[in-house]
Amino acid sequence: MSLTKLRNPGLWITVIAVLLLGLWPIVTQRASTREEIFTVLLSVVLASSLNILLGYTGYVSFGHIVFFGLGGYVGLYLIIVQGWSLWPAMAAGGLAAGLLALLLGQAILRLRGSYFALATIGINEAMRAFINNFEPFGGPTGLSLNFQTYNAYGGAANALWLIYYIVLILALFNIVLSYVVKTSKFGLGLMAIREDEDAAEVMGVITPRSKTWAYVLSAILPGVVGVLFFFKNGNIEPPQAFRLHMSIELLVMVMLGGFGTVFGPALGAVGYQRLRGLLLTSDLFKNIQLAVAGLLLLLIILFIPAGAVGWIRRRFPILRRYLP
Amino acid sequence: MILQVSGVSKWFGGLKALTDVTFSLQEGQILGLIGPNGAGKTTLFNVINGVYKPNEGTVTFRDVDITGLKTYEIARMGLARSHQIVRPLNDLSVRDNVIVGACFGRENNALASAGTIADEVMEFVGLAKRADQLAGSLNIGQKKRLEMARALAARPYLLLLDEVLAGLNPSEIAMMIDIVMKIRERGTTIIMIEHVMQAVMSVSDQVLVLDFGKPIAFGTPAEVANDARVVEAYLGDPSLAAQLLAPSSDQPEQDD
Repeated sequence: MSLTKLRNPGLWITVIAVLLLGLWPIVTQRASTREEIFTVLLSVVLASSLNILLGYTGYVSFGHIVFFGLGGYVGLYLIIVQGWSLWPAMAAGGLAAGLLALLLGQAILRLRGSYFALATIGINEAMRAFINNFEPFGGPTGLSLNFQTYNAYGGAANALWLIYYIVLILALFNIVLSYVVKTSKFGLGLMAIREDEDAAEVMGVITPRSKTWAYVLSAILPGVVGVLFFFKNGNIEPPQAFRLHMSIELLVMVMLGGFGTVFGPALGAVGYQRLRGLLLTSDLFKNIQLAVAGLLLLLIILFIPAGAVGWIRRRFPILRRYLP
Repeated sequence: MILQVSGVSKWFGGLKALTDVTFSLQEGQILGLIGPNGAGKTTLFNVINGVYKPNEGTVTFRDVDITGLKTYEIARMGLARSHQIVRPLNDLSVRDNVIVGACFGRENNALASAGTIADEVMEFVGLAKRADQLAGSLNIGQKKRLEMARALAARPYLLLLDEVLAGLNPSEIAMMIDIVMKIRERGTTIIMIEHVMQAVMSVSDQVLVLDFGKPIAFGTPAEVANDARVVEAYLGDPSLAAQLLAPSSDQPEQDD
């Protein structure tokens, strides 16, 4: 790909916006702000990853969190039981998630539409049940990190900052990756599949291969941030790792911001986490914040199916070039 | 011989959509494929480009047996088609639609060179002004031309055109026929399914007539137009219909 393509202003506005958001806690040096933004950046990575499958390729996955959970388990197992350091464990977590997607892709990407979506739910639940009974990963009690482990990273406080920096870099990387994929030949093939899979095949798009790689690509970074999240968390248990409702929250973020756009999922992640924060601190909504997420998804699909960025792109075609 | 269809039969459950279809096509020719509604014309296209696998028979394209290959494999060998019911990639621009054709077709172009081809093809079919519009916003005549442009951008050896004239007004028909003639001049072989008789008779070198999934005539437009069975198939002689439905009797008529 040519470097001139990277001169798109929309890409850099997105990157700078996320960077500013990410730098805020570093400037203020407040741990509470950092925790808040950490959740947002984590969501940016997860939602942008999901967008490659959901937004570009048009395959709805209700179980995307399975890659986050599996990555976390593999990473923590390697750190705790095998004594690996964080870096190779992160790589291994991403690799494990990508490998799972590669294998699953062969099997379930033949399914279309709602059948695929149902299969992804099944996989998340099956993985949870499997890990629950898998002794090396601690079965139902999971794995816990020894507090001493953080000493290798300058103590717990420093380790938290280190993880924060890594997630920020991954979020920025993921946005650039989304853009590169979208403007590549591979990405064009994916969008052709989304619009009309049969027509894409007739034009020569090797659909099984493209779909599988899209799935793998959308699984790797969730696997990596899974390792980071649970390393920071200190322990991992099956119900925590494979939370189905988190998958659905990711769908809300992608749909809210605008599926299939580069900027959309990041915007959706920020917007949704902000909303969630408000709901959780309100007496009225704190117990039903998930119901609000569900209602929000319903309203988006009914009234602005293209999401915020998609709506702007449609309303002002002139901006399409600047909002990839 | 660019295409050789031998003894192809296709059935769906008890319904026999194609029965023992055999014909071959020389490079650079236009073959008109005609027949009453439901005669199996589109099914034949679907068998040739791999959407359906025939139950019997073989399809040979440029001396390679392509029977049972996937549609994308066949597309990459240089066979492109347009659809009777247009299938634009609605949320992509017209230009991107055409680039898909150029990127993934026979030449496997990179994006940049595909863009150049797309610009050229859009100019050729008269869609250059619409390049940045979303494909979903085109009218039916433009969508038909888009189908054509996508197929052409693949630079195919053989082009299957499924009713590109249907639903067009007379001036659009004239324009489309002009495009078809120009494609032939470039050396691309074409099979076209068409209901607009005047058009198909004027552009085709050979015409194949299907009726109830069987080839009932094959020859030059003049020969076919004067064939008694063709006339009856179109006018609907009940006794002939009965005879055609009965197995055995009819063999495909060969001219070469």
